[in-house]
Amino acid sequence: MVKTIGSKTVLKDINLHIEPGEFVSVLGPNGAGKTTLLKVLTLLTPPSEGQVYIAGQKITGNPLALRKKMGVISHNTFLYGNLTAYENLLFYGRMYDVPNVRQRIKEVIAEVGLQYSLNDPVRTFSRGMQQRLAIARAIIHDPDILFLDEPYTGLDQHAIGILNQVLLNLTNQNRTIYMITHNFEQGLHMSDRIIILVSGRIVYEASSKSLSLEELQDIYLKLVGES
Amino acid sequence: MRFLAKIANIVWKDLVAEFRTKEMISAMLIFSVLVIIVFAFAFDPVGETVRAVSPGIIWVAFTFSGILGLNRSFVNEKQNETLLGLMLAPVDRTAIFFGKVITNFILMVITEAISLPVFFVLFDFRMEGSLLQLLLVIFLGTLGFVSIGTFLAALSANVRTSEILLPIILFPVLVPVIIGAVESTATIFNQGAFEQIVGWVKLLAVYDVIFLVVPFILFDYVLEV
Repeated sequence: MVKTIGSKTVLKDINLHIEPGEFVSVLGPNGAGKTTLLKVLTLLTPPSEGQVYIAGQKITGNPLALRKKMGVISHNTFLYGNLTAYENLLFYGRMYDVPNVRQRIKEVIAEVGLQYSLNDPVRTFSRGMQQRLAIARAIIHDPDILFLDEPYTGLDQHAIGILNQVLLNLTNQNRTIYMITHNFEQGLHMSDRIIILVSGRIVYEASSKSLSLEELQDIYLKLVGES
Repeated sequence: MRFLAKIANIVWKDLVAEFRTKEMISAMLIFSVLVIIVFAFAFDPVGETVRAVSPGIIWVAFTFSGILGLNRSFVNEKQNETLLGLMLAPVDRTAIFFGKVITNFILMVITEAISLPVFFVLFDFRMEGSLLQLLLVIFLGTLGFVSIGTFLAALSANVRTSEILLPIILFPVLVPVIIGAVESTATIFNQGAFEQIVGWVKLLAVYDVIFLVVPFILFDYVLEV
């Protein structure tokens, strides 16, 4: 798959296969094309060349059905500051046609530990609380595939623990997770496979189990230095 | 039905957020009333000129205050990148457009419902034409204004100077709507027959339909700009 923006080719010859239930972490320097690849995979922008299949379906086929299978956690929370936590979750729950949405809100809000702040406006939340609510927003429709774009940015230890627990639960439920991160330790610890993207190309792929943190750092610095 | 439910959900979200802060509606109302007050000082409210200039004053107040609301409708979605959240949801993107159109329409109707009586009081204006016809013209004019305005607001929202850009690109496109609305209003105020405004009403209706249909084709591209 190739993605060109204007005259610049941002993603070059991307050939990537992710198994259902696999947890993949994508590392790379700023400007490597990580977010653009995420935008293609989440159907926010089409590829310029090649095909993308999600859950065995072409992304051009029935994008609305595919979007229902996806959840996205980004460093941006996608939350409305003037709405309460409950209203935000109700809004997104309705957008994703979540059945019995009020019951589901109770479940996900408990999962991220915000049940006592449910009726507070989101603008009064700390960064960590907002990110926890963003996690609840992303999983309210019980997605098969979760995309994470630098989810640890600005999180306190408590929020990191909750995010890790949510990811662990999803992994145990055989959900597919695709995470962009600059946090080598989290990436290596949580995922099944590590991918390094440099200048729009996948330059390295390996099983996380076969790598130590020091090895990964050495490989990353070497590959980024070469570019 | 699901499409309509998604639109209703977007309208619900926008109105709850708006009426909690009253950011847009208060700005629109104050601006609209201020425009009318300024014109009340500029013209002799009891003179004959009032009847001639009043349709223009009314529509200047409506459209200039409406711009304030339109400017915020998509800029607000940039905070926390909530527009991306909407685009990721399993909903046809035209639902986002129609949700915004309905929200902007409701806010404008509230502004008009308050500022029109203020105009009648300040200008000591006796409404002698058909109120029903006036309401029809205001409905069509407002719908045309918000449908074009919402579409262009989405287009300009990605620009840093969107609040300056929007009026510049909107008013030239809006000329037929403003002319149609002002001419119809003037005819109604002068107790003209309905046949005299039918042409303008048709123009407004056609314009409304065009700018409610065009987003079906273009709104996806507008959001991706």
